[in-house]
Amino acid sequence: MSLLEVDDLRLYFYTKRGTAKAVDRVGFRVEKNETLGLIGESGCGKTTTALAIMKLIKPPGQIVHGKILFQDRDIVSLDKEDMRELRGKGLAIIRQEAQNSLNPVMSIGKQIAEGLLVHDKIGKKEAWERAEHQLGLVGLDTKMISHFPHEFSGGMKQRAVIAMATVCRPQFLILDEPTTGLDVIVQRQLLSLINHLKQELGLTALLIAHDLAVIAETCDRVAVMYAGKIVEHSDTVSLYRKPLHPYSQALLSAYPNLKGEKKQLRSIPGVPPRLINTPYGCKFEPRCSYALEACKHQEPEMMYQDGRYVACHLFQA
Amino acid sequence: MKDFVKLLFSHGMGRMGIFIITLFLFASLFAPYLHTIDPHKSSSFENMLSPPSTQFWLGTDDLGRDIWSQIIYGSRISLTIGFVAAIVSVVFGTFVGLLGGFYGGIVDDVLSKIVDFFMMLPELPLMIILAAVLGPTIWNIIFVVSVVNWPTTARIVRSQVLSLKERPFIEASRSIGASDSFLMFKEILPNVVPLMFAQSVLMITLAIYAETILSFLGLGDPSLISWGQMLHFAFESGVMARSLWWVMPPIFAICSLIVSFTFLGTAITDVTNPGYKEARGL
Amino acid sequence: MKSFILKRAGASLITVFAVICLNFLIFRLAPGDPVKMMFTDPRVTAEQMQEVREKFGLDKPLGGQFISYVQRLAHGDLGISFWQKKPVTRVLAEKIPQTLILVITALGMAVILGVILGALAGWKTGTRLDTFIVSASLAMYSIPSFALGLILLLVFAYTLTIFPLSGMSTPASGLTGFGYLKDVAWHMVLPAFSIVMWYIGEFVVLTRSSMTDVLGQEYITSARAKGVKESGILWRHALRNALLPVVTMTGVNLGFAVAGVIEAETVFSWPGIGLLTYEAVMKRDYPLLQGIFLLFAVSVILANFVVDIIYGYIDPRIRVGE
Repeated sequence: MSLLEVDDLRLYFYTKRGTAKAVDRVGFRVEKNETLGLIGESGCGKTTTALAIMKLIKPPGQIVHGKILFQDRDIVSLDKEDMRELRGKGLAIIRQEAQNSLNPVMSIGKQIAEGLLVHDKIGKKEAWERAEHQLGLVGLDTKMISHFPHEFSGGMKQRAVIAMATVCRPQFLILDEPTTGLDVIVQRQLLSLINHLKQELGLTALLIAHDLAVIAETCDRVAVMYAGKIVEHSDTVSLYRKPLHPYSQALLSAYPNLKGEKKQLRSIPGVPPRLINTPYGCKFEPRCSYALEACKHQEPEMMYQDGRYVACHLFQA
Repeated sequence: MKDFVKLLFSHGMGRMGIFIITLFLFASLFAPYLHTIDPHKSSSFENMLSPPSTQFWLGTDDLGRDIWSQIIYGSRISLTIGFVAAIVSVVFGTFVGLLGGFYGGIVDDVLSKIVDFFMMLPELPLMIILAAVLGPTIWNIIFVVSVVNWPTTARIVRSQVLSLKERPFIEASRSIGASDSFLMFKEILPNVVPLMFAQSVLMITLAIYAETILSFLGLGDPSLISWGQMLHFAFESGVMARSLWWVMPPIFAICSLIVSFTFLGTAITDVTNPGYKEARGL
Repeated sequence: MKSFILKRAGASLITVFAVICLNFLIFRLAPGDPVKMMFTDPRVTAEQMQEVREKFGLDKPLGGQFISYVQRLAHGDLGISFWQKKPVTRVLAEKIPQTLILVITALGMAVILGVILGALAGWKTGTRLDTFIVSASLAMYSIPSFALGLILLLVFAYTLTIFPLSGMSTPASGLTGFGYLKDVAWHMVLPAFSIVMWYIGEFVVLTRSSMTDVLGQEYITSARAKGVKESGILWRHALRNALLPVVTMTGVNLGFAVAGVIEAETVFSWPGIGLLTYEAVMKRDYPLLQGIFLLFAVSVILANFVVDIIYGYIDPRIRVGE
């Protein structure tokens, strides 16, 4: 049994200009103690997928179809109060630009302890002590517990956010571009902290990134997302060795390879499609250098091939 | 501009505000033709405090003066003071804000301190003391109201100028040798105009309000009868409870004029908001 | 925090000094002879005027006059009220408590109710409740306090006779203790209501817009992601942040708030500084008016100082940063 299973998820934004299919027929599974990477350009629906799992989608966004099974319970049909109890305790999220995730007028300690007070039946004093311990766990000075966010640097804030998200020992952690906006050295430190915590706390995680290096280092399997859809899904090593989908190939060749031979970096021509009134056929077709006639009219189905999934006409039998 | 008016009319509050303001403008322009007599003219003893009749549409006050005429002519005073004081305070405030924002440094420091100081002062007591010292003529009232209201405009314009100054087009103009006054009045000022317009509506509201209160407190121009003064006389007469036709019309006129300007102001703020058009599907 | 308070205190003192200068200048630079202006009574003789001139040092040059003005002020001497023939300081002191009771009650209620209603409206943006709260406050905000006061007076005091017409207590009632307090509270209902109704709109509109701002912030979503209850989101996370601009605006608008007091006290003959202002205007009692202006201005500066301190308390960034 998978810890988390997303099945045929469709999430649309209903705007005056039309319906944007931000997440369209997305499905994946995350097994216990595994880390799944979700990769793609900005605006491809990664963050929306993450928020959908937390059920934190705001109108005009709406889940219109599909299931999100967490421990075999469907989150989509869960009522508000049950969902609230699940957040922070069962499922936790570390959001993009975590610097803004901290309430500026609340001390760090209070913000960390708050999750404990909400979920566990413990007193304020104990919550405070556990918050202090948690602060040490993420490598921050426990004396800083009564400090306020503005007294922290960017990297420290991110650590505090990680402490906040993991304090209740959630079973499933979503990391939505946890290192965006930080400098490279701090990124490194945070990644090793995350990897360390994953083992320490036995976390199952979904890691969202647009940086291939980050994914390569942390994830067991990877799903590649394009225009609201998953186009390829495989184990990390195979994807890096031999990406199947033209988009995955393009994505990989747009990044430098630090260890391997030198190669020409190529940017992907064109821009990601608008999500409103998208044309028929494969969404990547206009930018694809291998496009076939069929790509224009028919949307490719997800295919199973050698332990990997890919949605592309090139691989249709 | 045409688009802007169209937008205003698409806004419920804007429509309402414009409609009522137009009514009052009409009343003040055509006052002599609207069944009015000289509002200062007392009539004979038996016509004192008479209730509404066909002769006196809204009745008379304790000196036998026609209330309807006082209301109609009163709209001239409110609107004049409103418009003139708003123009004076917005123009002066814009000038100060422009200078401070554009030159920065010590000029800005000094001007900002002055603006802060004036904003800190309690408006009504300052207006009262100035009006009492200068003497209550309509021009002094306009002066007093402007003294109190210019700082808000100065502050808002200043911050707008500060951000405009950093825009590339100013930089470009400067690099080809445009003079300070050219930059200020030809490049920056036109971009501040929409803001001045929104401010003017607010200032008109405040000025009408201020005149009304000053007059109610007995600091109105004695040679004119404004709505605030009508209330002052009624309040002082001690018989206002027995002559509601005397008290209610000015209250109603004041409230509806001020509310309509507030509505118009809200509408302008709303429609100049970038998201407005989209939300309306326009 | 200490240095922050000291800094604010210093700035407030400078402002007070500027107010004193302004107060001095308004009367000296006014057109005409200030003494002649003070005495509108034709029975006052030229000698008496001369006497006053000497007493106030009005025959000396402006600089000297200013020094002696400040000296007298330092001793609490604001001159003699023409109308009451008593020192202005004493006249004012007698009226301050009555005004304070009214202002604190009304302002307190307006802030609490306004913030709660505004927070609700912001929380439920776009609902009917929101539309109702906002349009009602906007309308209330546009009606001058004295106009509302007059309507209340005519309806509830004159016509329905539910509430007393004027004053602060029933004359010669002989009430003491709790009975007296009840009587005062009864008299306070209408004037306080007319002030509350006027202030409340401002707080509602401000809190609402600040609330909608805050609710769009990341940290609200991340608090939800922690599983915090909606009530906790509203009161613990959103409101405290939403209050910051409200506190600032309260300070800025205090000067404006004074107007409500003058109007309400005048309409309901509440025996405080506001009614005194009206009477001083009617009697053209200039020394008293000057004293009143100084009192109001200094109170507003003082209140602003307090507001700044409160702000420093709510916003940790100010406390340490400055």
